[in-house]
Amino acid sequence: MKYINEFRDPELARRLVERIRARSHRPLRLMEFCGGHTHAILRYGIRQMLPPTVEMLSGPGCPVCVTANRDLDYAIALARQPGMIIATFGDMLRVPGSYASLQQVRSEGADVRIVYSTLDALEIAKANPAKSVVFLGIGFETTAPTVAASVLQAKAQGIGNYYAFSAHKLTPPATRAILEAGEVSLSGIIGPGHVTTIIGAQAWEFLPGEYAMPCVIAGFEPLDILSAIRVLVDMGEDGRAKVCNAYGRSVQREGNRVAQDMMNRVFEVAEADWRGLGTVPASGLRLRPEYADCDAARVFALDPGPAREHRGCRCGDVLRGTLLPPGCPLFRQVCTPAHPIGPCMVSAEGACAAYYLYGEVPGEEQ
Amino acid sequence: MLIKAIDRDGMAEVEIGGANRRISLALTPEARVGDYVIVHTGFAISVLDEEEARETLRLFAELEAAQEREGASL
Amino acid sequence: MRSNSVAGHRILLAHGSGGSLTHDLIAQLFIKHFTHPALLRLDDAAVLAMQDEARIAFTTDSYVVSPIFFPGGDIGKLAVCGTVNDLAMVGAKPLYLSAGFIIEEGFPMVDLERIVASMSAMSREAGVAIVAGDTKVVNHGSADKLFINTAGIGLLPAGLEISGNRARPGDVVIVSGTLGDHGIAIMSQREGLAFSSTLESDCAPLNGLVAEMLAAGEIHALRDPTRGGLATTLNELARQSCVGIEIEEARLPIRQAVHGVCEMLGLDPLYVANEGKLVAVVAPEQAESIAQVMRAHRYGRDTAIIGRVVESHPARVVMRTLLGTSRIVDMLAGEQLPRIC
Repeated sequence: MKYINEFRDPELARRLVERIRARSHRPLRLMEFCGGHTHAILRYGIRQMLPPTVEMLSGPGCPVCVTANRDLDYAIALARQPGMIIATFGDMLRVPGSYASLQQVRSEGADVRIVYSTLDALEIAKANPAKSVVFLGIGFETTAPTVAASVLQAKAQGIGNYYAFSAHKLTPPATRAILEAGEVSLSGIIGPGHVTTIIGAQAWEFLPGEYAMPCVIAGFEPLDILSAIRVLVDMGEDGRAKVCNAYGRSVQREGNRVAQDMMNRVFEVAEADWRGLGTVPASGLRLRPEYADCDAARVFALDPGPAREHRGCRCGDVLRGTLLPPGCPLFRQVCTPAHPIGPCMVSAEGACAAYYLYGEVPGEEQ
Repeated sequence: MLIKAIDRDGMAEVEIGGANRRISLALTPEARVGDYVIVHTGFAISVLDEEEARETLRLFAELEAAQEREGASL
Repeated sequence: MRSNSVAGHRILLAHGSGGSLTHDLIAQLFIKHFTHPALLRLDDAAVLAMQDEARIAFTTDSYVVSPIFFPGGDIGKLAVCGTVNDLAMVGAKPLYLSAGFIIEEGFPMVDLERIVASMSAMSREAGVAIVAGDTKVVNHGSADKLFINTAGIGLLPAGLEISGNRARPGDVVIVSGTLGDHGIAIMSQREGLAFSSTLESDCAPLNGLVAEMLAAGEIHALRDPTRGGLATTLNELARQSCVGIEIEEARLPIRQAVHGVCEMLGLDPLYVANEGKLVAVVAPEQAESIAQVMRAHRYGRDTAIIGRVVESHPARVVMRTLLGTSRIVDMLAGEQLPRIC
């Protein structure tokens, strides 16, 4: 596969690792924001290759994981309404809400369908004019423009039974919240490659500018990640802090203007509830008043009741980087992908799921 | 993924490893047949810059030579 | 220690996916009540002692695949091959099958005939006879077009012991061909996923291949990696035999097209179903000659030696990645769902 396999070359990986090992002397603590990076790091065993001076923590970049229980409870309550079809990406299905999961309500007869694109959800709306189709908008700035596109297409094609529920969140404010919380002292951040493809590398200038924090934007193949670590090691050793775009084949300085415009046309910035971070100002998206008739939250006002956290669940700590998954007492003992207590174990981007699936090889734990 | 064909409503036929799929170019209207695109949940989010990709791989390949020079100068 | 996933809950689709929830269901519900030792071995077929030291193998399977016609086969072909293969996986020579049909009212006669003809052709190829049958018709909506249940019996040669609990450290792990073809071929027909590929299901009867392998060397365990894929099968073998298994990512035979679709949908080929492949755990001295015999067979062309059985990390499967690092290969929890990012 062109432009994919080349970025998995074992020989080039070896050279990058040698370079990292040769230069790294100071202890460095790096956070990869994005759950996709956490998965790639564990799936390729990248931590095994790194010198002991480099420590990797995962951040809150798992959209499913940071969705507050209250939002999921709302979606579940909606699914139980007659005449409702809930369209969602697959990850959300098994996430435990306060009392149930979408998978459970589906087994009880609710019409919950997995889609791979918002346009699939639009097709479902077209095919079921007598029902209301609500798409669960979970995701960061990579997904929000695709939801915006679907809302605009619904309007253009006169599809009146398509709605979006926005639980979308913004990544720079979340990163800022982690730094402001000051719980972990970081030496550098690996920036999310696909979010930044949309928002542009310049969106991260505040990190070196306000926090003296180096940031390298990385793609998702092993060479991309190793290369980002290498640059962060160099910056750490040299005492420099800059934004470096190491995913130039996809990321521009200004990002994708078409996607940004579409997102801004349909959504406006609002405060949002993050699992693990609480309420963060100006960190989420809601549909603009002009699109109120597509806004599920406005059209289907339902109170799902008070949200409830599962006792013992430490997802919040994992998301803030203050706990590695194997450090959670429930990890593997009680909380597994088959029986998840929290979303981090069940989401494809979840750190706990990555550790569980690819894990530390028994006998080789560092 | 490689764009094989584009139709009038902004949907493209893309291919990877011999498998084909239809995705939307709504976020990358500048994409053309023959371009590689990065795809996220059924939408192309960027047109891959092939020159950048090749340049990046070149830099990785040059690391070994650079390391040897560094080693020699210590 | 797994928490009890069964008591007080409902059946989920994931309980049928072949992964850890299926195993939980079997362990926590079925074998609480079905306690015959032949069943408790949990191999692909039960081995039963008869009079005069003869032993038969007996197995059953139900086929609910959708769509019922797919590239490379249909539900009928799947039903015959699946049961023939389960018997072959314990080293038995498959002899007789039964076929029970549960048909949804309104199902087209011409489609039923096509499927039955397909079963007849596949039985002829496999050298088995369908000798008993049953037909039920249910109201429209009570079954998804057609469900087929097959049971099969075969004869075991004296002294042959092939079972999932016989893998030993030092044994070599061989796979008979490319992984993931069937699962991807089925997925390509599912509306929601909207991708096309030229991949066909690898559905095939493997009893001929197994017979040649048995003549070529010492086989300890055989299993066909169906639902849950190679990863699940290797984990089952590791657990049943209380051994570790190590495999090399670079040696896994996987078609470009399967890689392409998996890349597209965020799937891992290790967990995608196969219907015409087997995993063999064999004595190390004969591994190469067994592999050669397999490659000469029509259904073993892309045979690859992929790893070995080890003493360390018992009941776990570890893979050496393309980069030379190691990571765990776990059992699938439920269905593999294409990811968001």
